[in-house]
Formats: sequence, C-alpha cells, structure tokens
Amino acid sequence: MAITVRNLTKYYGQEKAIDNISFDVKTGEIVGFLGPNGAGKTTTMKIITCYMPPSAGTVDVDGYNIADHSLEVRRKIGYLPELNPLYLDMNVVEYLEYAARLHGIDKATLKRQLASMIEVCGLKDVRHKDIGELSKGYKQRVGLAQAMIHDPEVLILDEPTSGLDPNQIVEIRNLIRQLGRAKTVVLSTHILSEVQATCDRVVIVNEGAIVADGTPGQLQQEFRGSELIVIELKTQVANPMVDIFPKLQALSNVESVEYGGDENGAHRFSLFAAKGSDIREEVFRQAVQERWVLLELTRKATSLEEVFHKLTKV
Amino acid sequence: MDFRKSMTNIGTIVQKELRSYFNSAVAYVVIVVFLAIVGWFHANALFLANTASLRLMFELVPIVFLFIVPAITMRLLSEEKKSGTIELLTTKPLIDVEIVLGKFLAAWALIGVTLLLTLVYYFTIATLGDIDNGPVVGGYFGLLLMAGVYVAIGVLASSLTDNQVIAFIVGFVFVFLFFMLDKVLLYVPEGLTSIIEFLSVDYHFSNIARGVVDSRDVLYFLSLLGFTLYLSVLSLERRKW
Repeated sequence: MAITVRNLTKYYGQEKAIDNISFDVKTGEIVGFLGPNGAGKTTTMKIITCYMPPSAGTVDVDGYNIADHSLEVRRKIGYLPELNPLYLDMNVVEYLEYAARLHGIDKATLKRQLASMIEVCGLKDVRHKDIGELSKGYKQRVGLAQAMIHDPEVLILDEPTSGLDPNQIVEIRNLIRQLGRAKTVVLSTHILSEVQATCDRVVIVNEGAIVADGTPGQLQQEFRGSELIVIELKTQVANPMVDIFPKLQALSNVESVEYGGDENGAHRFSLFAAKGSDIREEVFRQAVQERWVLLELTRKATSLEEVFHKLTKV
Repeated sequence: MDFRKSMTNIGTIVQKELRSYFNSAVAYVVIVVFLAIVGWFHANALFLANTASLRLMFELVPIVFLFIVPAITMRLLSEEKKSGTIELLTTKPLIDVEIVLGKFLAAWALIGVTLLLTLVYYFTIATLGDIDNGPVVGGYFGLLLMAGVYVAIGVLASSLTDNQVIAFIVGFVFVFLFFMLDKVLLYVPEGLTSIIEFLSVDYHFSNIARGVVDSRDVLYFLSLLGFTLYLSVLSLERRKW
C-alpha cells in the first residue's frame, strides 16, 4: 500500500505553500513528516487525503491517482485531521458507527470493528459518553479510532499528539506503534522526540520543500559536522591555556579546542575532531602521560534536534 | 455513480442530522413554537370567526417558515466548517452532492414532521364542521414544496460561512426576498410585474393552496429547489479552488 508523491505544488492565492515535493512511502512504513509550523505538512496531508487538489503534481495511493480515483483513495485512507475535529454532541459509539457507515462497512464488520477499536483504543469506559465531555487524551483516542474504524491500509495522522500531556503522549505513541505494525503510516509533527520514538523514516520539510529524507540514524550520520568530545580533567597548573591547551590541540585529528573554565581545579575542554574520527583513546593516553586526572570523557552525538535546527534555520 | 451506495450514504447523513436535531433541544423548540403559534391563530379562527377552514393557517405558516427554516438550517454546514469536521466528512468516500442532499433532506424531514403534527388542527375542524378537502390537500402539498425551497436556501446560506448567525441572517434575507416578491408588485415597472410575480414563492403557493395542482407551479418549486442545492454543492467545492 505504497504512497507515491510526485512534484506536488500548492498555491494558496499567490502564496506557495508547498513547492515541488516528491517522496515515497513504502508499504508498512511509519514515516514522520517533520517540520516547523507552516512548513507545508498539513497542506501535503490534505492533498493526499483528497480534501483539496494540488496546484500541480500527482499523488498515487496503492496505484490509485487522487484526481482520477478519489473515492478509491479515500476508501483506503484513515485520516486524523489537524486539531482532531469531532462531533461533540455525539457519543463515542454513535460517532464511530457514523464514521464506519460513511465508509460503507456492512453490519457484521461494523460490529466487529467497533468492538475491536473500543478495545484497542481503550474507550470501553467512555463509550456511551458524549464526546464533548471527554478529556483531551480520550478525544485523541476517539479520533484515532475513527481513523481506523474501517481498517484502512493507510493512516494519515496530522499532529496526533499535539496538546496532550506527557503521559498521554506516550500512550498515543504506543498506540500508533502498535496499530502501525500492519499499516502504512504517515504522521506529521514538529516534535523531534516523537519521530525518534515512533518512525522508521523521517522526511524533514521546511518552507514547502523537502530538506532531508532518511532513517533517524542516517540523518544523524549525514548531518553530523565534526565530532565533539567533552573532557574534564584535574591537575595543578598555573595557566591551563598555556600548560594544557596546546597539548590537546596537538593531538591528531583535533580541529579545534575550546576552554570551558575551571571549577575547584577541574578544567573543562571541548574538543572538535574530524568527522568520523574517534580521539578518545588518544585523549586518555595523553592524560596518563601528563598525569592529568581525567574526571570526564564524553562523546556527544549529534541529535536529530541539531539536524533539524541546522536544516530549518532561516 | 452507484445509486444504491449514494442512497445509503445520504440515508446515513439524514439519520445523523435528525438524531442531532432530536438530541439537542432544536427539534422540540421548533415543533412547540410552531404548533403554539399556529394553534393560537387556528383557535381564533375557529371560535371567534366561526369558520371551518384551514385558510388562515395556510396564510400564517409561510410567515412562520421565514423564521423557523433558517433557524434549523443555519448550523447544517457552517458548524462543520467552524469545527473542522467538514474535513472528516469530505475525506470519507462520499461525493459532495450526497452531503448536501443528506443535510437538506434531514431539515426538510423535520419540517415535514412539524407539518404532520398540525393535522391535529385539521381533525378538530373536520369533526366539528364540513371542510373542503381539496384546498387542505393542496395547502399541505404547497407548504411542503415551499418548505423545500426555503430549506434549500437555508442550506446554501449555511454553506457560505462558518458563522451560524451569519448563516441565519443570510438565509432569512433570501427567504424573505422570495416571500416578498409578489407583495411589492405595485412598486415595480409594469413590464416586470409578470416576471416578478412568477419568481415569487407565494404566488405559486397560493395557486396550489387553492386546491388546483398545476404542473407549472410544482415545476417552479422543484427547479428553484434543485438550482439552490446545486449552488450549495458548488459552494461546498470552494475548498478545492
């Protein structure tokens, strides 16, 4: 159930919301659509789900084109729109039944699906309550249940965890992980840890264009600048800038050194080394040779957060 | 377009909207207010004027419709736009025509139910005196058609905005306009009077209410209704522009 997006462009009036976006989502993948607010995530999702047509470009869902086979595409997709709109005056069961019947599900399947969604999404205790009375976490679960009531092969989730408290976020993430096993999932978010926690692949968008595409690991690798090693060492010297600094600078592969000050005789340094190198061993040998007491030796990994900042900085 | 599937989809929406009318106070308020107003004048006609006819009712109901119909149609689409649920609805495997028809039929059915309850007044008169059934059948038929046109106009107004108050006012203004057309004939140039009169809802209604169902009058109502619903579908499709 693959999604193929080709050269998608969308104008709102004069303003270009997305600009020539192309990407693929393979069957069974969970893809995170990451970007700052206003980057074009929601617009792309609205186009994939046939809410509105693109200005240019095409999307195929399982080989069905969104323009020519809109109904087929919509039948295959489960969609949780941004801000999770719901009919607040309906109760949970009524609402899920309504959604299911609009998908043309027959009675027997509906009954089975309803029971299974209530079970999986943990809605048993609130199933006869009006949606308007539910907490935000429960509302989000109702939104997810609604998106999956017809057992779609593709799930499009626009900011599924926005506005939830940390516990609820973990719950919803687990739910998506669990449900996403058998489905193709595209979820958008501007929260980085979310992508790392749930997604197999990340597509980073900024100002309507894709700036990176790969697994979280690949992106960290690719966008890592120099290696950063932080050390803290204790020794009696008059001036660390004269007695320690040049010796660290002289180590092979070290590109630059920053002095971070001292605290009770413990001096902190940040060493930037060439990309892909590992200088920890040499730092240790140097310390032994100079009789420095090494209190700390840490390799800082480039986080996805740094990748994100680097890519989306204006 | 698969006809049976369309019918099922429309039925699903009608059922949901009717449930929403009856779950909230809307349906009951409409029914009670309607019956109370009509009942008051009906009783006046019966006891004070001593007449055994529903003529007064058929003159009064169109005026009550002016307020009641925009009130029940105002939220149909505007609320979905406001809350964003329109995005849920339009990304389901439905076509826009089905959405508009479902909403329209639900509101029309509510008016139908209300009209059905006024039959109580008919029966009180029928048991008390002789009543000419021709105008009664014609009158009810005409009211139903008139309500259809008003509901369609209300649906269109509701599709234009995400604000229910604006939807009500716009709906009311247009319904009022069609109602007033044949009452301002004195003020329009002579050449236009026949056109204005032909466009007026009341003119065709009074023809039917006389008990003579002419296909031209029915056609007028149905084409106005169809055209307005068509405009509503276009308005719903504005999101795609």
